[in-house]
Amino acid sequence: MFRLAKYLKSYKLQLILGPLCKLIEAILELLVPLVTADIIDNGVRNGDMDYVLSHGALMIGMGALGLCFALVCQKSASIASQGFGTKLRNAMFRHINTLSHAELDKIGTASLITRMTNDINRLQLAVAMLIRLVIRAPFLIIGAIVMSFLIDVRLAMIFAVAAPVTALVLYLVMRASIPYFRGVQGGMDRVSLIARENLSGNRVIRAFNKQKEDRERFADANETLTDITLKGGRISTLLNPLSYIIAQAAIIAIVWFGSGFVYTGDVTTGQIIALVNYMTLIQLTMIVVSDLVVIFTRAAVSASRVNEIFDTKPGIVECDDPVSDFCEDEPAVCFSDVTFSYEGQGPALTNISFTANRGETIGIIGGTGAGKSTLVNLIPRFYDASEGTVTVFGRDVRTCSFSALRGMIGIVPQKAELFSGTIRSNLERGKPGATDEEIAHALSVAQASEFVCAMPMGYDSIVSAGGTNLSGGQRQRLTIARAVIKQPDILILDDSASALDFATDAALRRALSHETGNMTVFMVSQRVGTVRYADKIIVLDAGELVGLGTHRELIKACPVYREICLSQLRREEVEEDEKD
Amino acid sequence: MKKTEKKTSAVKTIKRIIGYCKPYKLRLAAAMVFSVLYVAMNLTAPVLLGYAIDGAVGKGNVDFVSIASLLLMVGVSALCSALFVWLMNLCTYSVTYLTARDMRRDIYGKFGSVPLSVIDSSSHGDMLSRLINDVDSVSDGLLHGITQLFSGLVMILSTLGFMLVISPTIALVVVVITPLSMFVAAFITRLSQKQFREQSQTQGELSSRIEEYIGRQKLVKAFSFEKSSIESFEEINERLKVCGQKSQFYSSLANPSTRFVNGLVTAAVCIVGSLSAMSGAISVGQIATFITYANQYTKPFNEVTGVIPQLQAALAGAERVFAVLDEQDESSEDDCAVIEGKSSGSLDISHVSFSYIPERPLITDFTLKVAPGRRVAIVGPTGCGKTTFINLLMRFYDINSGAILLDGKSIFDIKRSSVRSQYGMVLQESWLYNASVRDNIAYGKPEATLDEVIAAARKAHIHHFIERLPQGYDTIISEQGGNLSQGQRQLLCIARVMLCDPPMLILDEATSSIDTRTEIKIQRAFTEMMKGRTSFIVAHRLSTIKEADIILVMKNGNIIEQGSHDELMAQNGFYRELYSSQFAPS
Repeated sequence: MFRLAKYLKSYKLQLILGPLCKLIEAILELLVPLVTADIIDNGVRNGDMDYVLSHGALMIGMGALGLCFALVCQKSASIASQGFGTKLRNAMFRHINTLSHAELDKIGTASLITRMTNDINRLQLAVAMLIRLVIRAPFLIIGAIVMSFLIDVRLAMIFAVAAPVTALVLYLVMRASIPYFRGVQGGMDRVSLIARENLSGNRVIRAFNKQKEDRERFADANETLTDITLKGGRISTLLNPLSYIIAQAAIIAIVWFGSGFVYTGDVTTGQIIALVNYMTLIQLTMIVVSDLVVIFTRAAVSASRVNEIFDTKPGIVECDDPVSDFCEDEPAVCFSDVTFSYEGQGPALTNISFTANRGETIGIIGGTGAGKSTLVNLIPRFYDASEGTVTVFGRDVRTCSFSALRGMIGIVPQKAELFSGTIRSNLERGKPGATDEEIAHALSVAQASEFVCAMPMGYDSIVSAGGTNLSGGQRQRLTIARAVIKQPDILILDDSASALDFATDAALRRALSHETGNMTVFMVSQRVGTVRYADKIIVLDAGELVGLGTHRELIKACPVYREICLSQLRREEVEEDEKD
Repeated sequence: MKKTEKKTSAVKTIKRIIGYCKPYKLRLAAAMVFSVLYVAMNLTAPVLLGYAIDGAVGKGNVDFVSIASLLLMVGVSALCSALFVWLMNLCTYSVTYLTARDMRRDIYGKFGSVPLSVIDSSSHGDMLSRLINDVDSVSDGLLHGITQLFSGLVMILSTLGFMLVISPTIALVVVVITPLSMFVAAFITRLSQKQFREQSQTQGELSSRIEEYIGRQKLVKAFSFEKSSIESFEEINERLKVCGQKSQFYSSLANPSTRFVNGLVTAAVCIVGSLSAMSGAISVGQIATFITYANQYTKPFNEVTGVIPQLQAALAGAERVFAVLDEQDESSEDDCAVIEGKSSGSLDISHVSFSYIPERPLITDFTLKVAPGRRVAIVGPTGCGKTTFINLLMRFYDINSGAILLDGKSIFDIKRSSVRSQYGMVLQESWLYNASVRDNIAYGKPEATLDEVIAAARKAHIHHFIERLPQGYDTIISEQGGNLSQGQRQLLCIARVMLCDPPMLILDEATSSIDTRTEIKIQRAFTEMMKGRTSFIVAHRLSTIKEADIILVMKNGNIIEQGSHDELMAQNGFYRELYSSQFAPS
């Protein structure tokens, strides 16, 4: 929890000023019973009207001063706590941006969202409370104890006993409730995971008429969350009554022993009243403290969840001295003896070697799960090869800076996803500050001009999050335009024409071939038609490279490729290609 | 005018929150009873203490016997008071958290009952924020509201009563001054409610941004726009900070201000009390009691104003929660029929028009008759309305005009669930959920045995892959499908439908990510399964289309050509153009 204190650094002023003001306010508050006792003992007993009035005025003045200090404190608290939360969220977001896909999968998006909102909100609240109360409450308690010592040492011993007993109770309750609060946040993750799944799979759930079962699945998670919240609540709700009992016992003791001392004449009635008032003050403060304990216990749980994210180290990091210049003369992409496996699974790629020269078009074809996407994911270094090396323009990708490496690669992912904004803002993801001409050109290459121009707002038409307001094929073409506008040295099309009809697909390939003069293009596809005119075709089967060559070479030499061709082309066509 | 409107909306929101507590009214009533008892006990103690202190008059003049018995009573009342406050809290906790649970349940229920268009057009991150953060705010507010607000009110009223009995004059002083603190608190609350609303909204915006950027991290990395995504996130975060600071500061003003007013009260009590004591109207012990009372009396004011920020946040959260709950459900279907058993699969679509946005007609005057058992393939350029057509068949969206008849009966007279259960559907976007592989395949038929599941997986040619997974069929599929490839996910979705054995089938680009050899085998399995049943296939691959009984060629929401493959080729039209493009050189 204290590790997160660094995000409070720039709020040092507020952190000091806030509690200080609260402290002064507390001192003023603490003096009130003293003044009261004075009024009774000196004013009333002596019948001194002036004394009563002047001290009454003093009390009012102290109140006004207290108000001023309290305002400063509240202001500091709001600035520091919200500022802290904002900084923490920013830092967390930045950190998440450095994590690779493997780590993000492990934590899960739903959990990241709850950690970033709900957990940080709890920490924010704790900071506000820290400033407002953490100094004030103990101060009031300790101050009350000190004052009691000043009044009568023997009676003050009662305070000295009550305080540690209360502290012990606080500690025990807190310790007992921590696991439950941890459970609450975990339950929250689960609830948000299921809700997120529902929202993304809403159509499927309805298609299978599973609304009822789905509600039950949620109800389970919801019930678990409620249950654990209630259990935690039951424990923490003990705090208030227990501390109340201790305080009342102390008050009884004060009056009982106090009256003994009154009898002997060591203590006045006014002093007993003052002591009782101090004890009441402590008791009232204890109510606040028990609230605080709950807030801090929950914050501690949230802090550990937030720290868990910060402790997750990115699996793929830039090397210490990354290079960002490339050798134009070296082959664009070269795999030598690359083997790769996902964590906890068998190899997804085994001993892959090939070279792609500048300006070449490389087709990648193979069965489902053959490792096609995995292979292209190694080029921009989304994953690191387990064995062997991947080089881009003569540089081992592990030595390159991310921005230089990824800056020269344009990717069209399999899943066509856009960001909320406009068509223009989405293309600007590929090339910041792109001109209208560049946008028009990219759209025309991607065969997207027609439908974009038909939209009422043209380039400035709104795209909703994920691009859900567009059809699958429209989205896919926009993702292609986004990669093309970048004018990358290496263009990766990861089965990115799957939602396009053949005519559009063919037109796209024609347009691309004009575009790609010096570009090295990787085309992952299921369609022979898409890859057959590539300079080289890589045939993958269960993670192994079983064929490398042109269409005509492979159709003769590679049985797997031939089989794929036969499944798609007319037999005569295949045989014709074989002959030449 | 505007102010009163806002006020009534706040009152309405509060009323609805209270309405939500209704199922737990017994517990709520118990909480209130305990709260009254607690207050009563809490008030008795100072009276008894006052008397006890009065027993110690001065040196050599102390009535130990009466003090002892009074203190004993104080002890008993303290124990009772602690017990009651505990019971009160227990009741409050369960009312609060059960109410929050119900709210979450109802919001989630809405996800399934609103028209699909609402889900399609809403930001998922914002919805999640409503479900998690806004409900959390409401429950936080409710917790403090019930405990502090109600017991505070009881405390105020009963202390007032006690004071009136002891000394009407002093009580009067207290009564005159305190409304001031109420006034101050009300003023500040009104000032800051707008900020809370804004805060809640911005929080929703923030979480939709998180959902968007973190859910698509790979894309963010691919385009190296970590930086710009961070900038856009930080911009929203900054706005959240500003409105957060404002709302927090303004609403936290209420507490010190009321405490100041209460300080005035204490001073006044002290002065007036002392003056009365000097004139002999009350005893010194009574002053002590009085000051304790004045403290007791003002304490609830402090507590009430202390929880104002939570209450305001709760109100803002509740507004957003209720906005979801107020979404119109899909039209009622009480009078709708249920299809008994399996339909024959005859479809009659006549003059159907539909558009997502009224200004942009998509499907116009669409007419089609499908005899039972036919295989219908739909082809056409992207965006021509293929998927929309399927949305209409499944009643995900309702048509604007025209009619769709299933076995001669309008699908609007049949329950949605009944219409949908006639179809097995595989979509391009393969959706799996966080459960075992087996559960995912058995999604449409949870009672299926493992053998049936395996048989379906075999038909979908995914069995061997599943067997190689660390825990086989019991492997848990992580959020978003984890490390499965797109094609493998699609195969699992196909297995899911294979297991259901539906009377009709819809394949919307269902095999787009699967290699053609596997696809052909799957196609064979589908053909086997669908013998004599109606199916709709949206696809680009000719292998899939060629064998269909009818091919519909769609363009701009209309059917422009239809017929068998050979017929269409002979027509030498748009289809032929599409077909030949497959082999066009790149």
